[in-house]
Amino acid sequence: MRGAARGSYLYLLVPALVFIILLFLYPFFYGLYLSLTKANGTFTLTNYARFFSDARDFRTVWTTLSIAVPVTFVNVGLAIPFAYHMRRGLRGEKLISFFLIVPITLGTVLVSEGMLTFMGPNGWLNQLLIVLRIAREPVRFTHNYLGVVISLGLQGFPYAFLMLLGYVSGISPDLEKASQMLGASRIQTFWRVLFPLMVPGIAISFCLNFVMAFSVFPSAVLLGQPSGPTRVISIAAYQWAFEKFNFNAASAISMVMAAIELVVIGIILAWRGRMYKGASIVGKG
Amino acid sequence: MKDFKRISVRRMTKRFGDKTAVHDFSLELGKGEFVAFLGPSGCGKSTALNCITGLIPLTSGEIFIDDECIDDSRNKVPPEKREFGMVFQNYALFPHLTVRENVAFGLKLRRLGKAEVERRVGEVLRLVHLEGYAAKYPTQMSGGEQQRVAIARCIVLEPRLLLLDEPLSNLDAKLRVELRYELKALHERLKVTTIYVTHDQTEALALSDRIVVLNFGRIQQVGPPSEIFSNPSNPFVADFVGYKNAWAGGIEALKETPDGLEVRIRVQKNSLDARLPYPAGDPRREGIVAAFRSGSPVCTAIRPEDIVAGSRPGANSLRCVANLVEYQGHTSQVRATLENPASEGGAGALVDMRSSVDVAMGEIVEASIATDRILLFPEGLPEAAAS
Repeated sequence: MRGAARGSYLYLLVPALVFIILLFLYPFFYGLYLSLTKANGTFTLTNYARFFSDARDFRTVWTTLSIAVPVTFVNVGLAIPFAYHMRRGLRGEKLISFFLIVPITLGTVLVSEGMLTFMGPNGWLNQLLIVLRIAREPVRFTHNYLGVVISLGLQGFPYAFLMLLGYVSGISPDLEKASQMLGASRIQTFWRVLFPLMVPGIAISFCLNFVMAFSVFPSAVLLGQPSGPTRVISIAAYQWAFEKFNFNAASAISMVMAAIELVVIGIILAWRGRMYKGASIVGKG
Repeated sequence: MKDFKRISVRRMTKRFGDKTAVHDFSLELGKGEFVAFLGPSGCGKSTALNCITGLIPLTSGEIFIDDECIDDSRNKVPPEKREFGMVFQNYALFPHLTVRENVAFGLKLRRLGKAEVERRVGEVLRLVHLEGYAAKYPTQMSGGEQQRVAIARCIVLEPRLLLLDEPLSNLDAKLRVELRYELKALHERLKVTTIYVTHDQTEALALSDRIVVLNFGRIQQVGPPSEIFSNPSNPFVADFVGYKNAWAGGIEALKETPDGLEVRIRVQKNSLDARLPYPAGDPRREGIVAAFRSGSPVCTAIRPEDIVAGSRPGANSLRCVANLVEYQGHTSQVRATLENPASEGGAGALVDMRSSVDVAMGEIVEASIATDRILLFPEGLPEAAAS
């Protein structure tokens, strides 16, 4: 009875399946197909071979990693103490959340444009630094590595913070009290109780932040030096696709991107698995 | 464990804003004693407990262990250094740790050797009958098992004081009784000084050496269970421990005897004779005598079990109308109203009683009360006058 009833409702999954197939599976496998063929459709590995043998293209992997990995560590690393201190709520919490969410809502391009003027050589920030005698001449915040990192931080930190806040504030305050009553100091309580319980959240927000940073494009173009130090892997793919009109090569590069992201996510999830063996439901005690 | 003789809480007060949660709370605990804080929700019992642990700072007052001051409301020994153990209503086990790791948590913080930790964890798990559970995670266990882990996690550290905050309230009725027996047996065996917070008088009566009844943040009465049960010091305590019949009345006659008072009380159109066990010096005695002299109203306190329905009219007989009859096995719970002629004005007083004979709803019931089963309080007796 129940089986039959359940079976007859399976068709309700159809819209979701169609959606996933059309918008995710089909493009992915079509990209995989493109990356393994020539323009005329015959099988080849040249697209990959070209990417790995071209020093200028292959270097984008390290360029992107050198941006994405530190940015992700900084974002998540900063989000942990922030989330920890705001776990029981703060006065002005709404205001803080508002300022954190604004960069997400405004979008990358507007934030980048804003940074260009605000942090540019004649921008307010540099004028302030000079007036305060912190700097003697304008500091270069834009059109370099630093510019991309700052922009990715502004956009990635709120995600990491909000996600972790959800995890920490879901941990029952009684667990902290219990730990304290058993003789743990505040620091011991953090490392032995709260941090392990935050690990799933840390892992997820690390993955999301990393993927976001690794596929950076607008910030790298607007705030970096897209021809040199911040020529990230997505720029390489873009140039193959829309400057050289070789979609097969571009697809190969995006496949390499996906592979690297998967490897990093795999490492993070393995770390999470090692750290956190207990129940997946946090805080129910 | 550092040895000690007594823990003294002196004039402990806790205010949140303009609300006083705990007011002038003083208590001496002897080593090995089991004391229950009993009161309705919001009476301040949990706040008092948390103040004693140090998790909540005191507004004023002091806490001593023998001569060592651990809290004088300005400086305090932090909770983690007090060597107190605490058990929570929701167990508060660490979900990412196994039972073994949960129990070893405090031992590891004390940097004991691996073998020592292993030995003590094994010992305490045997004590709470969870030998086979060491490798399980808390979420794989029932509520009763989880609470036993929580208790084991505390007693393995041999705390100077064990504090239990409504530890059985999340369990179903059967488990609650089982774990209550286990707690009693554990206390008999280990003699850990214990404070037990509960709103359940059965738990408090069953487990403790002494009960502290609290209301509105004030101590109402402190005494051994039998005294709280049979000799409540004010209307609040009486009502809380089951003297459900609180009728307003006046005293018609009063005779003082060395060990009590003999009074005749008028409740609506009924007269009740009562022998009150209030010896000389008892504030209740003085209150009653004063109420008699001034003709001010008094209030009864009678247990439903002490109002016997269906007996032949005799001394202290009441006629009342049964409104609600609940069958409860060997007796029925009857809620009735005193017959009150319209000339006396108003509805009849509510009567809660038990009946072992069949009573139908709407039936007129004859009930009687033994003279030594009636307590009387002067109305307007301040609820904190006791202690």
